[in-house]
Amino acid sequence: MATSTSEQRIHNEGVKKRRFRFLYSKKVAPYVFVSPFIISFLLLSLYPFLSAINMSFQRVLPGQIDYIGLHNYSRVFNPTFYTALQNTTIYVVWTVLILTFIPLVLAVLLNNRLMTFTNIFRAAIFIPALTSVIVAGTIFRMIFGDSEAAFANQVLQFIGLDAVEWRYGAGSGMFLMVALASWRWIGVNILYYLAALQNVNHDLYEAADIDGAGVWQKFRNVTFPAIKPVVIFLSTITIINGFRMFEESFVFWETSSPGNIGLTVVGYIYIEGIQRNDMGFGAAVGIVLLLIILVISITQLVLTGAFKKGDS
Amino acid sequence: MMKQKKNREKAMVIGLLIMFVLIAGIALFPVFALVIASLSPASDLMRYGLTGELFLSAFDFQNYEALFGSGETNYWSWYANSIIISAVLIVVSLFFSSMVGYALALYSFKGQRFIFLLVLVIVMIPFEILMLPLFRLMTSLQLVDTYLAVMLPLIVAPIAVFFFRQYAIGLPKELMESARVDGCTEYGIFFKVMAPLMLPSFAAMAILQGLSSWNNFLWPLLVLRSNDMFTLPIGLATLLTPYGNNYQVLFSGAVLSIIPIILLFLFFQRFFIAGLTSGGVKG
Repeated sequence: MATSTSEQRIHNEGVKKRRFRFLYSKKVAPYVFVSPFIISFLLLSLYPFLSAINMSFQRVLPGQIDYIGLHNYSRVFNPTFYTALQNTTIYVVWTVLILTFIPLVLAVLLNNRLMTFTNIFRAAIFIPALTSVIVAGTIFRMIFGDSEAAFANQVLQFIGLDAVEWRYGAGSGMFLMVALASWRWIGVNILYYLAALQNVNHDLYEAADIDGAGVWQKFRNVTFPAIKPVVIFLSTITIINGFRMFEESFVFWETSSPGNIGLTVVGYIYIEGIQRNDMGFGAAVGIVLLLIILVISITQLVLTGAFKKGDS
Repeated sequence: MMKQKKNREKAMVIGLLIMFVLIAGIALFPVFALVIASLSPASDLMRYGLTGELFLSAFDFQNYEALFGSGETNYWSWYANSIIISAVLIVVSLFFSSMVGYALALYSFKGQRFIFLLVLVIVMIPFEILMLPLFRLMTSLQLVDTYLAVMLPLIVAPIAVFFFRQYAIGLPKELMESARVDGCTEYGIFFKVMAPLMLPSFAAMAILQGLSSWNNFLWPLLVLRSNDMFTLPIGLATLLTPYGNNYQVLFSGAVLSIIPIILLFLFFQRFFIAGLTSGGVKG
């Protein structure tokens, strides 16, 4: 009895093995490895993407869906959307300028062979990236409080300027959002640049020294070409992240800022799509946002020649 | 001549050091200010914001006492939710993403280039554009207000796939051959031979994935409905109202919310720079 069951089991395992043997071949294995991505791509990227396009032509009401053609799109281009787009664009320009240029300068200085305590500085400037926007924003709201006694206003008054009601002006509101993002990300970008600077070929500096090149010439002809891929990489992700911005605005004003000074495109999608339950319209704003991002990314990649190199 | 040059270098180093001490100060100041705020009486903060008086005359632990003592908010549920969601996401997303990245780097198969291209395209497409349809999907699957709804979109992270691929490209392919000769299956090769070689990239991705799920905001804001299901950022944000009545929990809670992510960072940081170099920035 005992032997027959164990024989049976061996037989069963044999069948199982044969049935699944194809999964073990060298040809099929890579497909098994990439299958999680394929499944998640189909279910969580492609389906919602097509669904977003579809939704943008719909009026979605509880229990009722109507196709209304381009109506949502014709509604997108309204003054509130333009305000959101303008805020977002200004935010993108500032963050790109600040987050690609300043970290580059600081990384070059930090990478100086005479520099000491580099590791401590590196750790210190990375700390802000660990905080969530909500935690960081909470403290920014305290530092840049509206009362004259708030820290930032005391500093302003100390140097002879007037106190500012930070969260109530368009300029100071933008300053808050850009400052918060810059504070959180400068350290990360410095790390990216430092990593790239370590790959610069030192023989080239020596050759440049022999040729009598100055500091600026060395930077232009040796350092910059080596870190150019990082400059492109960081400016690209800063642009994309800038157009996705929502949290920096949410933490200062939740969803309604005075005169929409803090309204962003994604914030607009959130308000219309979720809060007002107008999903079709929200989807249309999303598609417009996608087109804007695509045009900018492709233009940027063509201009910087990133397409010429291939993908490895 | 020599001496003059030396002096100039010395002056430059001192200048640089002063500058970086200032920069490190700016970087650390808000975190310092948060700790100070958490130790100040909440009534003052509500009235004035954070004032110039940054050095406390006496430590005041009443904010922390409020946080630990009372059941007023669901703070500890938020904490538990954040820990569970982030821990599961780190493990699952690293597992799947590393498999995909590894296969893209070290096998050659039909459709490989196309799949890699898809990975890059998805990295470029903002999640916010897909969020409304995904939200509708979660609603129809009746997953709203569950852990699963928060986690599903992040289970395979394209950016992590990309990192793992860049890292795996540098691994010796010959090891796979010799493992095959020894009778190892393709899966055995990955789990027993190659994955251990990829450990530094796992550490770097654990930090980045941990950071992004711990601090994730917009998606959980959409799919989490009941207060006791909130994650820390969502829960803390509910305390941030103009009429805020719970500054005590807000500040002490914000301080405590940073601790797990700092521990994760300290634990894996040795590998972090290596991870940054291997992903994304190879020109």
